[in-house]
Amino acid sequence: MTSLFEEISDPTPDDVPVNRVAITVNGQKRTADVEPRLLLAHFLRQGLKLTGTHTGCDTTNCGACTVLMDGKPVKSCTVLAVQAEGREVVTVEGMASGSELDSVQEGFKDEHALQCGFCTPGMMLAARALLNENPDPTEDEVRFALSGNLCRCTGYQNIVKAVLWAAAKDRGEDPTQAVEKYTAKQKGANQ
Amino acid sequence: MTQTADPRAGAPAPVDEIKIGGLGASRRRVEDNRFLRGKGNYFDDIVLPGMLHMEILRSPMAHARIKSIDASRAWAIPGVRLILTGEALATRNLGWMPTLSYDTQAVLATDKVRFQGQEVAAVIADDPYIAKDAVTAIQVEYEPLPPIVNPEQAVAPGAPIIRDDKLGQTDNVVFDWEVGDQAGTEAAFATADVVSRLQLHYPRSHPCPLEACGAIADYDRATGKLTAYLTSQAPHIVRAAVALIAELPEHQIRIISPDLGGGFGNKVPIYPGYVVAILASILTERPVKWVEDRTGNLISTGFGRDVYLDGQVAMRKDGKILAVKMNTLSDHGAFFADAQPSKFKIGLMHSAFASYDIPYAHMASRGVYTTKAPGGVAYRCSFRVTEAMFFQERMVQAAADDAGIDQAEFRRINFVKDDDFPHRTPYGFLTDSGQYNKCLELALKEIDYEGFLKEQAEARKQGRLLGIGISTMTEPLGAGNSREYDILGIKMFDSAELRVHMTGKAMLRTGAKTQGQGHETTWAQIVAHELGLPAEDIVVEEGDTDTAPFGMGTYASRSTPVAGAAIAMAARKVKAKARKIAAHLLEVSEEDVEWELGRFYVRSQPARGVSIQETALAAYSNMPDGLEPGLEAVSYYDPPNLTWPFAAYVCTVEIDPETGVWDVLRFVAVDDCGVRINPLIVEGQIQGGLTEAYAMASMQFITFDADGNCIGSNFMDYLLPTAWETPGWELHEVVTPSPHHPIGAKGVGECATVGGPAAFVNAVVNALSHLGVRNIDMPMLPDRVYEALTKRTDVSGAPPVKTD
Amino acid sequence: MFPGRFHYASPRALDEAVELLQKAEGEGKVLAGGQSLIPLLKLRFASPSILVDINNLPGLDYIKVESDGAFRIGALARHGEIERSDDIARLQPTAAAAVPVVADPIVRSRGTLVGSVCHADPQGDWAAVMIALDGSVTAYGPEGKRSIMVKDFVTGPFQNVLSYPEIAIEATIPAPKGDVAGGFLKLERRVGDFATAGAAIGLEFNAGRVSRAGIALTGVGGATVNAEAAAEALMNSSLGSDAVMRAADLAAEASSPKSDHRGSADYKRHIVHTFVRRILAGIATDQERAA
Repeated sequence: MTSLFEEISDPTPDDVPVNRVAITVNGQKRTADVEPRLLLAHFLRQGLKLTGTHTGCDTTNCGACTVLMDGKPVKSCTVLAVQAEGREVVTVEGMASGSELDSVQEGFKDEHALQCGFCTPGMMLAARALLNENPDPTEDEVRFALSGNLCRCTGYQNIVKAVLWAAAKDRGEDPTQAVEKYTAKQKGANQ
Repeated sequence: MTQTADPRAGAPAPVDEIKIGGLGASRRRVEDNRFLRGKGNYFDDIVLPGMLHMEILRSPMAHARIKSIDASRAWAIPGVRLILTGEALATRNLGWMPTLSYDTQAVLATDKVRFQGQEVAAVIADDPYIAKDAVTAIQVEYEPLPPIVNPEQAVAPGAPIIRDDKLGQTDNVVFDWEVGDQAGTEAAFATADVVSRLQLHYPRSHPCPLEACGAIADYDRATGKLTAYLTSQAPHIVRAAVALIAELPEHQIRIISPDLGGGFGNKVPIYPGYVVAILASILTERPVKWVEDRTGNLISTGFGRDVYLDGQVAMRKDGKILAVKMNTLSDHGAFFADAQPSKFKIGLMHSAFASYDIPYAHMASRGVYTTKAPGGVAYRCSFRVTEAMFFQERMVQAAADDAGIDQAEFRRINFVKDDDFPHRTPYGFLTDSGQYNKCLELALKEIDYEGFLKEQAEARKQGRLLGIGISTMTEPLGAGNSREYDILGIKMFDSAELRVHMTGKAMLRTGAKTQGQGHETTWAQIVAHELGLPAEDIVVEEGDTDTAPFGMGTYASRSTPVAGAAIAMAARKVKAKARKIAAHLLEVSEEDVEWELGRFYVRSQPARGVSIQETALAAYSNMPDGLEPGLEAVSYYDPPNLTWPFAAYVCTVEIDPETGVWDVLRFVAVDDCGVRINPLIVEGQIQGGLTEAYAMASMQFITFDADGNCIGSNFMDYLLPTAWETPGWELHEVVTPSPHHPIGAKGVGECATVGGPAAFVNAVVNALSHLGVRNIDMPMLPDRVYEALTKRTDVSGAPPVKTD
Repeated sequence: MFPGRFHYASPRALDEAVELLQKAEGEGKVLAGGQSLIPLLKLRFASPSILVDINNLPGLDYIKVESDGAFRIGALARHGEIERSDDIARLQPTAAAAVPVVADPIVRSRGTLVGSVCHADPQGDWAAVMIALDGSVTAYGPEGKRSIMVKDFVTGPFQNVLSYPEIAIEATIPAPKGDVAGGFLKLERRVGDFATAGAAIGLEFNAGRVSRAGIALTGVGGATVNAEAAAEALMNSSLGSDAVMRAADLAAEASSPKSDHRGSADYKRHIVHTFVRRILAGIATDQERAA
């Protein structure tokens, strides 16, 4: 990732293993020499300055670093950058196309599904992966699919609404109505 | 055909406050635009030229003397730039630092380590991988000392003195403190028909924002200026503390708190990592970034709770409470680092029973040192109010059961009545307003209280265990006033600075600091409400001490009560000046100028008017003689009293008698936080707060084994509920405006976390009450519930963990 | 959060992978799903000299059901693929019940069954499932292939009988000789938690009577517990209440849990008892309904 306008750093000592990787990130092929121990999350954040991918734990629990690899949601803190060689990675920065937000992003805004915003990128990508596989999920299916992503602020209720909103929009239905239907059902729903 | 003259003929249509995003608008959040695109600006996203990376070596032992530290192998690793130990810091008088509670805390340990995870050394290197390599290569020789993991051990005869660094500290007691009328309380107890007693432990918990702590320190030798990007809920307090600790002049310190990935009280204190990063930058003359990992966060930074209660309620036969006694014993870890107003040693614990009409109360509180992490931060509460309300509602339930009175009826009997405000609480606070019974009745109706009791009785016959729990709370939110509240002597007011530009757009800065509460959205709504400027025309900035007015930051639900009030007052100052300009533009005297939202007009001639935007333009282009140009104002707001929101939470549960696993059937929440600025955001705060309450009630806690090892130092054991476990929340509202807040708002961010836990515990205990169970300590893990229901006993969760 | 240094190779052929391991002289580690290994590297609990990544080996990502009903699951079949497999859902109730509670949904899109069995976490799920089903692991090494029953494969906490540089390439569930039934229950404190206690049961019926039984337990011993006596107690029964109680008693007896922050040893034993009973009761109900 060295370029003439990046900082000049000391040459890497010979005993340090280095591998070349080529990864397609948000549709763009990126090539770099990396140490095998570099985590994909750090490759994205430090290497490509795609800082929307966050890391919230050391133990593969929080899911803040979730990205899509070949369409599947993975925790990028638990994939080595070298393992992404030849694969396609989508980060939060790749969700919108130009000024047009992904329906999941729109739903998150409309339903106030984020507060501090730290879990949001991972949460949205997990939701996107769900909707790609299941365009009409139930509340339980949404909650189940997002259970690998921790949120500390929202209490999840609005996240569930946001995903149902996005699903309805993707299906060409009125998203607001879908959420209203859910909210009406919510009363006593735990029973 | 007669026609009445339209008094507004010729005047523009009134501004629709909701449409411009004013008070009461569920405005979609401004900050989301960047967060949704992954364009937030958290401190770890910031890269400065030449930046180095720091990693901290932590103690593996709870209590041990440091015999030697050998960093030679670490120095030999290419890319290592600096290694700091306590000894190196001590030569610069930085070995210890003051805490927010007038105690001291080791920055890097010198003599001994006093908790597992304590900071021992730091490595600064070219990248964080190398820094970690080097930290791993440092060898420390420890001589183990006995660990102390609970207050009983701390005060036992012969217990080792943890704070042998402090002259005159001959035991492990931090403080003894009391409040209330002891004689009156004793006298009332002597006349009681029934005395109810309850003992329990509120376990140690951690605020655990999803983003851990960290800093980038950037000291510039050429200018002498230190810039620190730092995860702080209170950047101005940090600036003051750094000035004191690092002996840098305050005007040469700039603290920038960028986007924060949550705070919940965790990001109020000053942590050793910040101090070491600052020193490292001064020494290396390069920016130094320190990113705390999750384990570092959970094992060493500010926890909440860890308080033991021995509570008693004296009652008449008819259920009227005569007096309350509370003895609390709190575990503060190795350093007394509570973030709290200095006058109160156990925070606002004495806000307990504020919503009940009780003549006498007494509280005796003792705090002790243990070999556990320091803290006692206001974890999503106004300084130990979470404990106060939990203890209160658990005691109320036990008292109702002991008096043989229905738990809802018992509360009705004892609530402060709607016409009895301001009300002096048994421990001396003055509550401002409330409709307690109305909130409770709404909650009971929504959950169908009577219906559930019948269902519960039927279910019991079939061996099913259903329970219903009520929790009501009021919370003192919005510290100061400055007479009573200060931190390290700095009075607890807050501030706002509003600048209206020439074209009617505005910039607002406050001394608060958002961490997800949505200040960028709601603060603009207050200005919109006061001035009629569309909210979207107002940009909000916080967190940079070089630009923001001095404020005490955001925690203890103080932003809306204090900074929010300052915003309204600053806007009113702007409006007062704009009125003068309007009079000038309308060529009438100021007394003849009337205001409607967004517009001044000539009295009885509504069609003759100027908009607020027109006055802004004139402030820069056509000001009256003798009036300063410009349209801006600063307000420092010192609240006359705290705001007192109220909530009634009712929860129903079913317990699996074979496993102890319990599920929430329904949860109804009625919150009265006064006027709601943005209902959507208020509801978000309540849903999040309830989820943290559920977390503490069901799974989230930090405990210790007998060797002083921390259990709960990562997400494999420190359990935060996922979307799957978290129940759905049914929210309702009552509005009792605060009589003294400029827009009638009260704090709300923490109410649900404060009041929620007791609803869950009361529900589970209610399901088992026929078995004689009076208490299960949180978290009510299935094994604890199973033990209670099979052995028909109370279950304590106090550390150490029981092992074979 | 920052693993120590290691070399990395991503061979395209199995023999090459074995050779790479061999060259590393015992210091190499196989990287498949990585959902246990990479966390260990991040915590620096593991420090291999080289990671041999088998993710690019061709033809290991299969979930196959043979004509006789045997399952063959390749080393690169992810939990998520097993979760979505119609064959598993239709034909293998024990695995189908276990897979949705393995780790969390995001981890399941990467982690593998074979990797989990090799990892041999005493609180893991798959080893219990495979033992209950008389499953085996196929290892490939310089000497060729060999098959090892999972009950003999897992020897202790995080220990298996693979002989370096062998690589586990497949897990097999043998063809049933009767009607298949089974279940899996685990007590976890939260999604993604390791088991406080859990039970896997695999049964086959002939003419309404149990003709094969396997019961294995997780979280209640230093390694996955093979509750053979409990399984034996079900043989030839039609899951009457006596047989069920006997099996539950023996399963509880077979477990040797430790008291810790997840619960007392007695509690965990009780959970084993309850879960064995519940799974068997559920199967009995299904059997009655089918009859």
